Amino acid sequence: MPSPKPSPGGKSAPPAPRKYFKLLVAACGFFLLLDLVFRLTGFDKHPYLKWEQWPGFYGIGAFAACILLVTISRFVVRPLVKRDEDYYEKSSSEPGGKSDA
Amino acid sequence: MPEAAPPFLIYLLGALIVPFLRGRFRQVFALAIPVIGFVNFYLIDKGVHWKVDLLEFELILGRADGWSLIFTHIFTVVSFVGILYILRDNVALDLSAGLLYAGSAMGAVMAGDLITLFFFWEMLTLGAVLCLLARRTPSSGRAAKRYLLVHVFGGVVLLAGLVLHLAAGGSTAFDKIELSGVGPWLIFLGFGINCAWPIVGAWLTDTYPEASVGGLIFMATFTTKTAVYVLARTFPGEPVLLWIGVAMVVLPLFYAAIENDLRRVLAYCLINQVGFMVVGIGLGTTLSLNGTAAHAYCHVLYKALLFMAIGSVLYRTGKSKATELGGLVRSMPVTCLFCCIGALSISAPLFAGFVGKSMIISATASGGYGTVFLALLFGAAGAFLMAGIKVPYFAFFGRDSGLRCEEAPLNQLLAMGTIAVVSLLVGTLPHQLLYPMLPDLSVSYEPYTVGHVTDQILFLLSCGLAFVLMLRAGWYPAEIRATNLDADWLYRKGGPFIYRLADKSLNAINAAVARGFLGRFVPGVTNFFESGGPRLACFVMTPLWAIQRLTPEETDAARHSVFRRAKHGAFPIGITAFFAVILLGLLSLLMRF
Repeated sequence: MPSPKPSPGGKSAPPAPRKYFKLLVAACGFFLLLDLVFRLTGFDKHPYLKWEQWPGFYGIGAFAACILLVTISRFVVRPLVKRDEDYYEKSSSEPGGKSDA
Repeated sequence: MPEAAPPFLIYLLGALIVPFLRGRFRQVFALAIPVIGFVNFYLIDKGVHWKVDLLEFELILGRADGWSLIFTHIFTVVSFVGILYILRDNVALDLSAGLLYAGSAMGAVMAGDLITLFFFWEMLTLGAVLCLLARRTPSSGRAAKRYLLVHVFGGVVLLAGLVLHLAAGGSTAFDKIELSGVGPWLIFLGFGINCAWPIVGAWLTDTYPEASVGGLIFMATFTTKTAVYVLARTFPGEPVLLWIGVAMVVLPLFYAAIENDLRRVLAYCLINQVGFMVVGIGLGTTLSLNGTAAHAYCHVLYKALLFMAIGSVLYRTGKSKATELGGLVRSMPVTCLFCCIGALSISAPLFAGFVGKSMIISATASGGYGTVFLALLFGAAGAFLMAGIKVPYFAFFGRDSGLRCEEAPLNQLLAMGTIAVVSLLVGTLPHQLLYPMLPDLSVSYEPYTVGHVTDQILFLLSCGLAFVLMLRAGWYPAEIRATNLDADWLYRKGGPFIYRLADKSLNAINAAVARGFLGRFVPGVTNFFESGGPRLACFVMTPLWAIQRLTPEETDAARHSVFRRAKHGAFPIGITAFFAVILLGLLSLLMRF
C-alpha cells in the first residue's frame, strides 16, 4: 500500500502516471500519421477552414492550447489572484466538506 | 388519449406534498413525480396550451415547440436521476427543493409570455437557495444569502427591463426582442446574470461548491440552461453574444487550472460549456441554434454525471479538494468508472458531447469566424483537460491520499449509471434520439465522418499527452489550498465595504446630530423656557435690590423666591400689574411713532 502523506503545506505533487504513457504516445503518433496519410492521399475530411487540412492541426492545436492554458494560469493568473484560503471568511472553522449524510 | 397537465404543476404539487409524507412512502412518492412527469411529457402536443387571463394580460403556461420540448425533456431526465441520487437520505427539504427547482425550470421554458416567464424565473432562485440551505453548514447558509442577493438584484434588473419594454409599447410575447433602448438592454442583462456572463456571473463559482451533494445536480442543470433557452428565444443572432460567449469559453479555464476544490473546477468548466451555447446563440444560424439546443441537452447529461461522481466522493469522504483526495479508485471503482464516462462524454466520439458541441464549432467554421473557431478549440481542449482529466485524475488516481471509504450507495450508482447509459445512447444514436428533438429540422448534421472522428480522437489524446508531459516535467501547477480572487470579490468585499462606509459616514452624522441637537440645542431651549423669565426678572430686579440695600443673603432669598414663583406661575398681583403697566406704556409710546 503506498504511503499516504499529505504534505504539511497542503501542497500535493502528484506522480505522473507511467503505465500507459508509452501507449498514449503511440496512439498520438498513430493518429498523427493517419492524418498525414489522409493529407497525402487527398482524402476529403470535409473541412470548413483551410487550417483544418494541415496535417495534425487538431493534435498540435490541442497540445499547444493545454500548455498555453496551464502556463498562463500558473505564471500569470495565480500570482495575481491567489489569497489565503480563509480570505473571505476568517473565522470559518467548520470542516470544509461536511456531507449532508 | 388523456390530456397532458402543465409539467410545472406536477412538480410543484409534488414539492408541496413531500414534506407531509414519511419514510418509504415519501421516497416512493418523490420518485414517482418525475416518472409521472416523464409520461406526461409524451402527452404534450405541439402548440399553445393552458391559457389563463390575469387582469388585461393573457398568460400562456404552455407553449410546446421544438425549443421548449427539448429543454423540458432533458429537465425531466435530470429531475428523475437527481431525485434518485438523493433518495437514500430521504430528507424532505432536499427532495422538495429538487422538485420545486425542476418544476420552476419547466414552467419557465414552457412559458409563452414574459410575465409567466418572470414568475418562474424568480421561483428558480427559490429552488437554488433551498438547494444551498440543504447543505446545512454555516458557510452554505452564507452562500445562500449571497446567491439570493445577486439573483434578487438580477430579478429587479429583469423586472425593470420588462416594465420599460412594455411601457415603450413592447408586447408581453416571449419571442425575439430587438436589442435597442433601455428596456431590452436591461432584459438582456437580467438574462445574462443567470447565464453566468463574465463579471456578473461570479455568483456561480462562488456558491455552487457550497451546495448540498444532490442539490448541486439540480443547480448545475436548471438556472444556466434556462437562461440559455431564454436568450436563444429572445436574442438569437445578437452579435455581442458571440463575444460574450467567447469570453465565457476562455476565461474560466485559467481559474479551473489553479482551483483546488474539484466541484469549483467543474463549476468553472460549466461556465466554459455554457459559453459554447452563447456563441451558438450569437451566431444565430440554423445550425448554430440547433447546436445550442443539442449541446445544452448533452452538456446537462455529462455535467450532471461529473457532479454526481464528485458528489459521491464528497458524500463518502467529506472532502472535495484536490489536496485532500487521490487514489480513490481503490475504494470507489464504480464511481470512478462513471466519472471517466462523464469525462469522455465531454467530447469523445460515441458519447453525448461529441454529437452536440461539434455542431456549434462547425457552425463557426462554416460561417468563416476563424478567431471564434480558434477560441472554441482552445476552450474545448481546456474543458477536456480540466473537467475530463484533472478532476478524475486528482480524485481517483494520482497521489494516494490514504482515504479508504465505501463505494457510493446503490441509489447514487443507479443514478450515475442511468445518465451514463443515456449519454452513450445519445452519442451513438444521435439521429434517432437527439436530432429529431432539435428546434429546426430543416438542417441536417452528420457528426460521424471519418475526418471528424479521427481529428477528435487525436485532439483528445493530445490533451492527455500534454497533461502527462506537464506532470512529468513538474510544469503542472501544484494544487494549493488557496482562495482565488474572482469578480465575486466585488460583492463579497465591496458589499461589506459599502456597509462599513455607510456605517462610518451615516452613523457619524447621526451621532453628531445626537450630540449637537439632542445633547445641546434641545436642553438649551428647554432651559431657556424654564428659567429664561425669572433670569430676566432677576436681571431687572438686581439693581432695585441693590438700591434697597439688601444683604447678599437677602438678595439670594429674593432670587430664589423669583425662581420659585416663576416655576409655579405665582407672582403677586402687584408685580404682574407693574410689568403690565410698563408694557402698556411701551406700547403707547410705540403707537405714537
